[in-house]
Amino acid sequence: MIERFLMNTHYIVLIGVILLLIIGFFGALTKRNLIKILIALGIADTGVNLFFITIGYISGKTAPIFSKNGLTASQMVDPVPQALVLTAIVIGVAVLALGLSIIIRVYEHYGTLNVSRIKRMRG
Amino acid sequence: MKRVSLKKRFRVKNIFVFVVLVYLGFQMLSLGFLLDLKDVKGVAKYYLENDIKDTQSANVVTSIVVNYRGFDTLGEVTVLFLAATGLGAILSGYRKVKKQKILANTMLQYGSKPLLAIIILFGAYIFIHGHLSPGGGFQGGTVIATGFLLMLLALEGYEIKHGYIKWTESLAGLTFVTVGLFGLFLLGSFLADFLPLGKVGNLFSSGVIPIIYVAVGFKVGSELTGLLDNMMGVVE
Repeated sequence: MIERFLMNTHYIVLIGVILLLIIGFFGALTKRNLIKILIALGIADTGVNLFFITIGYISGKTAPIFSKNGLTASQMVDPVPQALVLTAIVIGVAVLALGLSIIIRVYEHYGTLNVSRIKRMRG
Repeated sequence: MKRVSLKKRFRVKNIFVFVVLVYLGFQMLSLGFLLDLKDVKGVAKYYLENDIKDTQSANVVTSIVVNYRGFDTLGEVTVLFLAATGLGAILSGYRKVKKQKILANTMLQYGSKPLLAIIILFGAYIFIHGHLSPGGGFQGGTVIATGFLLMLLALEGYEIKHGYIKWTESLAGLTFVTVGLFGLFLLGSFLADFLPLGKVGNLFSSGVIPIIYVAVGFKVGSELTGLLDNMMGVVE
């Protein structure tokens, strides 16, 4: 089992994915600062994107682009996760910016970024 | 540096959350053993094998994003539009101060202007060749937005005209929908490929894909630029 684990590049990348997801969710669940929570969610977002790409990757095959003569469809990796991640990255940036703008408004209204202190305040 | 007591640093709740997350991570790793990653299957196999016949686009990812799942992309562009508009609405009413605390280096101030032209050219190259090489509207638009980010950071009091951004965005979105409607009226389904397909590898090939991807490039570029401009220099 260990041999199979080390022979395949998928599992190494999968460990990276899991580390990114753990860091992201740990930060989102335990931090109190709103900006830190947003950064943690961004890290988890990156982990999810990397996970999609990992699922689509097949070792020894190339990118799904017919760039040379003689490349055939059987030599290419899965294009569908790449197409999904392509748009997900740009949307992730826009949603992150939207979250930051909401945080600016929250700070203006409450005067603090601490979640537990905001929860205790009323109105 | 502020010293944090050991008790506060290792809260019981945090340790519990960490243990649960590590457990879930190991579960996910074992899920990785179940994956059979030897061959492309299902709909992806269809896309790879029929891409040249259906769309004549060298880049299979592009033909999925724009042709096979073009309607999805329209929805995603709408999500992007809503996020940018929502940000503009939330941050409206702030008095903007565009004064920099430390002025940028003279080299940066004068070098960034010619660099903007080169960055925009590179972004345009990326989205015009979206169907031939790795790249496309989303990537090219993002590159163009980084050029404007450079200008906003390097030059004090740099103004991006919101009227131009709004017009570019609207016209690009309108182009996407119009091309889709042409397909609907001429061939009977939304975003159907009504133009001649040409030959794979040529710049003018693969039907409506270049038109839509150039429109997406302009839309993403203008939206991200507007977003950066809105976030820039916000003071209560």
